[in-house]
Amino acid sequence: MFNLRFADVQMALGSLPLKGLKTRGFHSMSAITRINRTAGSPFSPFWFGVSAVTFCYLAFIVALIAATATYSEPGDLLRSLNKREIQYSILLSLLTCSVTAVLSLLIAAPAGYLLARARFPGKALVESALDIPIVLPPMVIGLCLLIFFQTRMGGWIEHVIPFTYTVYGVVLAQLVIGAAFAIRTMRGTFENLSSRPEDVAMTLGCSRGQAVLLVTVPAAWRGMLAAMSVAWARSMGEFGPILVFAGATRMKTEVLPTTVWLELSVGNLQEAVAVSLLMVLFAMIVLVAVRRAGEKI
Amino acid sequence: MIRLINICWSAGEFGLRNVNLDVPDGKYAVLMGRTGSGKSSVLEIVCGLRRADSGRVVIDNVDVSMLPPAERGIGYVPQDGALFPTMTVSEQIGFALKLRRRPLQEVNERVRQLAEQLGLIHLLERKPEALSGGERQRVSLARALAAKPRVLLLDEPLSAVDEETRDEIAGLLKRVQREFGLTALHITHSRTEARQLADMMFRIDDGVVRSEGGAAT
Repeated sequence: MFNLRFADVQMALGSLPLKGLKTRGFHSMSAITRINRTAGSPFSPFWFGVSAVTFCYLAFIVALIAATATYSEPGDLLRSLNKREIQYSILLSLLTCSVTAVLSLLIAAPAGYLLARARFPGKALVESALDIPIVLPPMVIGLCLLIFFQTRMGGWIEHVIPFTYTVYGVVLAQLVIGAAFAIRTMRGTFENLSSRPEDVAMTLGCSRGQAVLLVTVPAAWRGMLAAMSVAWARSMGEFGPILVFAGATRMKTEVLPTTVWLELSVGNLQEAVAVSLLMVLFAMIVLVAVRRAGEKI
Repeated sequence: MIRLINICWSAGEFGLRNVNLDVPDGKYAVLMGRTGSGKSSVLEIVCGLRRADSGRVVIDNVDVSMLPPAERGIGYVPQDGALFPTMTVSEQIGFALKLRRRPLQEVNERVRQLAEQLGLIHLLERKPEALSGGERQRVSLARALAAKPRVLLLDEPLSAVDEETRDEIAGLLKRVQREFGLTALHITHSRTEARQLADMMFRIDDGVVRSEGGAAT
């Protein structure tokens, strides 16, 4: 029913006067004008209404990005990105996000499997608890991290790996939230994969662990890619917890969102725009990757 | 030989009550029952995928009640074949032997032998998505037979197969069971299927198993 509705929306859109919009630069809508109108869905005020709301919102998002993208000349943007501090921030962001994506998967795969396959008392509670990082205000997570590492247990951990106001802290702050999103993705992936092949593998000689590793994990690679991409993208935009827990020291714990904030705070709009556009580009790449990976999840 | 002795199992309000079932060596037994009657649960208990609350499962005179599925010496063919999504037909059939770290030559020989017997030679390099329902079931059967089990457990193996292929697969099941000297327990809701294949028939209703004819077993 859901798919039919989506198709219906597309058909209804076909009857909207979009050709005029297309000529004014709405290239992304050109595909919509090619929709086959012979499929039989009649034009109705209802579909016109829901389509209008959707496209007003979409047009606003496109306008926001377009305005930012055309704020400066490309040459100026590239010059901004050549600044030593900004290059450090780009590299640190890419590095920490990639490490976080891998670590998130290492947490999300077992946790997602547990939630998808096991039944146990208090499961609903565990599910809700794992969503805490998603619903908590980001600043609060940063504060919680800061306070935890002031406790005795936190102190012991800091003796081994110093987290507070370090690059490790950047990764940890990203991981707390990134892993929660990755768990959701992996849970969905495992729920969509039948457990029967695992059962068969067990009758053929596997332990449960072997069955999961040899049969389920290879089948879940698209989901794992999607989970890593989601964690990576979330981490790329993470600001509040990093600011509170890892600080905003230039050439040390400065990641791209921190750069935007630092540059804005001293009135360098040009640099802030350049870094923002770079983050938009990264987000687009991840969005495409997730869509492509998610097609068959 | 497959013997279930006083098997009890419950899940909420539903359960199996004192299930006794005896399939002698080399016989093809069919357990019939409606959807939700508990027949799949019986098979899963024999497989070891579900643990009974009480009672014993004996296969070839060995009490396997506490053994994991891997150590029960069974071949299991589920409803839709449940093929491994990322493996070729050849890899699926060789899976059990590779797990047992048999030499590659032995694995390849066994794969080829089973593929010939079950008409899968031309499909060896295909993946599950490129197979028809009947082909999937034949691959699933070959995979189950690779490690030479003494017992074959079939969970509605013909239900996901189209009408034209059904007789062919049913004939194949019977032939394989005889040629390999297997003891088979096949569950189905189809009386026609049961008549076609069974040396002995059982019926399950509301968690109670009876031999066809009415006497409690």
